[in-house]
Amino acid sequence: MTVLNGLLASEQVPAAAEGIFSLMWLLIAFPLAGAAILLLVGKRGDSWGHVLGTLTVLSSFIVASFLFFAEVGREAEDRAIEQILYQFFAVGGYEVNVGLLLDPLSMAFVLLITGVSTLIHVYSMGYMEHDPRRRRFFGYLNLFVAAMLLLVLANDYLILYVGWEGVGLASYLLIGFWQHKPSAATASKKAFVVNRVGDVGMSLAIMASFAAVGTSEILAVTGAADRMSTGWLTAIGLLLLLAACGKSAQVPLQSWLLDAMEGPTPVSALIHAATMVTAGVYLIVRSGPIFEAAPVAQNAVVVVGTVTLIFGAIIGTAKDDIKKALAASTMSQIGYMMLAAGLGPVGYVYAIFHLIAHGFFKANLFLGSGSVMHAMNDEVDMRVYGALRKVMPWTFVTFTVGYLAIIGVPPFSGFWSKDKIIEVAFDTSIVAGVAALIGAGITAFYMTRVMLMTWFGDKRWRDDAHPHESSPIMVGPLVVLAVLSAVGGAMELRILPGGGIEPWLEPATGYLKSDHILPTIAYPLITMAVVAIGVIWSWMVFGRDPIPVTPPAGSVLTRAARRDLYGDTFNETVFMRPGQYLTRTLVWFDSKGIDGAVNGTAAGIGGLSARSRAIQTGFVRSYALSMLAGAVVVIAALLLMGGRL
Amino acid sequence: MNPSNYIVLSAILFSLGAVGVLVRRNALVVFMSVELMLNASNLSFVTFARTSGTLDGQVTAFFVMVVAAAEVVVGLAIIMMIYRSRRSASVDDASLLKL
Repeated sequence: MTVLNGLLASEQVPAAAEGIFSLMWLLIAFPLAGAAILLLVGKRGDSWGHVLGTLTVLSSFIVASFLFFAEVGREAEDRAIEQILYQFFAVGGYEVNVGLLLDPLSMAFVLLITGVSTLIHVYSMGYMEHDPRRRRFFGYLNLFVAAMLLLVLANDYLILYVGWEGVGLASYLLIGFWQHKPSAATASKKAFVVNRVGDVGMSLAIMASFAAVGTSEILAVTGAADRMSTGWLTAIGLLLLLAACGKSAQVPLQSWLLDAMEGPTPVSALIHAATMVTAGVYLIVRSGPIFEAAPVAQNAVVVVGTVTLIFGAIIGTAKDDIKKALAASTMSQIGYMMLAAGLGPVGYVYAIFHLIAHGFFKANLFLGSGSVMHAMNDEVDMRVYGALRKVMPWTFVTFTVGYLAIIGVPPFSGFWSKDKIIEVAFDTSIVAGVAALIGAGITAFYMTRVMLMTWFGDKRWRDDAHPHESSPIMVGPLVVLAVLSAVGGAMELRILPGGGIEPWLEPATGYLKSDHILPTIAYPLITMAVVAIGVIWSWMVFGRDPIPVTPPAGSVLTRAARRDLYGDTFNETVFMRPGQYLTRTLVWFDSKGIDGAVNGTAAGIGGLSARSRAIQTGFVRSYALSMLAGAVVVIAALLLMGGRL
Repeated sequence: MNPSNYIVLSAILFSLGAVGVLVRRNALVVFMSVELMLNASNLSFVTFARTSGTLDGQVTAFFVMVVAAAEVVVGLAIIMMIYRSRRSASVDDASLLKL
């Protein structure tokens, strides 16, 4: 194994923030201020709210660009800069400062987040034009961007957690944006509850890191990875993996992602494709040294990634809802990123590379699907699409570019990143490599299905559908994202400022070049062959005969894929129903048992007193008898005591 | 001159008085039985004073007699009032203090 610059992640020593870097906090401050203003200004801001929302994110992007070029001007070892804003709290021996760490890894994320957000905000100005609550939408989007930036810039796991929760909140608010729809409200609750399970993992990991090392600062914890016992390391690693599964919709916490498509399409593009769901991958890569020192946790990451990439791909083949098909695709692609991240320093760089490329083409595909939905009266069922390429040429071209990128056709960006992941997967484990390859084939299959059902074939439109091309404000971001999807693979070029993605990320994540078992040219050829098989098979199933408008019965596997491979059924039977029975039993116990005990005691005492009342007869002679009896008892006691009193 | 005879007599008189209080219905007879109990205790006081050779018991007997007299005054007055309003001297009839 050869190393590029000889640096490992835990060796980064951050410099203090000076000059332009002292403006780092503006990255978060702009969208946060935007969110506060937009949510507090009320109806007055309805006319200009969306413009302000877009300008704040654009300003963050401009600041991020300046910071990027300033970082490029520094030496490779010197690119980590830390800015401590203020002390959050200091209790006992535990001190937490609100600090921002800008190193190559977080810089890449910041550029992706601010750049893609700006494009999606511009798109949303057109998409949400007729929505009466548009200002609030932009406020929530800004809140999301602020929280996500805090997440990737945090220098302490606890501050990362603040951002983590913030994006979860923004996701809840945005999925349920159309509050009047019960399905949207339910979906947002489901997303929040499933994310909560992952958040338990995150908070326990923070507690464990405090117990093991005494601090939750990221560089301190990862730097101490060689000193902690394997038990602590494995525990922290598995808990972080649980957190990542929740946020990134990996198996077993994947059930919320498909329901999250109830939100408006820009939300699906930004949160559930390009940024929030990648936070799990960021967490794993950031905590790399912990996983490298705990092989059990690392293998768990690889297993989760491999299982999810196949799981998501299978689900995607049977979904007729265009957004749900793309969501299943997102689940699968993040599985690829998790797989790469679980392979250690050989894979971190490629996980991030694929993450960025995926951000481009998946946002492109989602915004394109939003454009199609806009044209078809918000219809999502692909069975009533067909032959749209003549009516919506711009969306068709940009969507096709995204399609070619995701299936991995050279020279588009997806080819470079996915091919690298398949390479390193094969080098580490044949099973993972074969799974990644099959996943690529299935990806080609279902994406071709989406293309054929939407853009080609015969018109299967409903009577009231009059599809038209979208306005320039929506088509503009599509074009930009299509260009990025096409040329994004150039990130590997060494001539870029920063030196290309591998040397750029190496000081932050570590990089090792793995030895290939086959000659390097073999991998792309095998991958392209599998992709071609997927495309041709899909064309043979969907491209030749007309698509039926009512879904056919399908095989067992098709029905299983339509039911999300029984993910919801599993959650219901294993967690929900026993939980319901438990709560019902407890309620029964509370009303019969505890209330019964309290009421029974009260009734008993009442009965006792009713009986005791009968002593009050009113007869003087009976009172006299009791007095006599008492006197006799006292005298007998005195006599028996024999004067000992 | 056996003091135990007097003590036994006092005990018998006391028991007779107690039984009378419990058994008889007429308020005046109940009063008479109470007087009988008081006098029985007087007798035992005086007997013990004789056996111990001091005068304490005889002084106490005086006190008891004074208290008995005062009690009779008040009690008879109450019985008279009850008889006037109810036309009955039976203790069983005055049983309104019940639940």
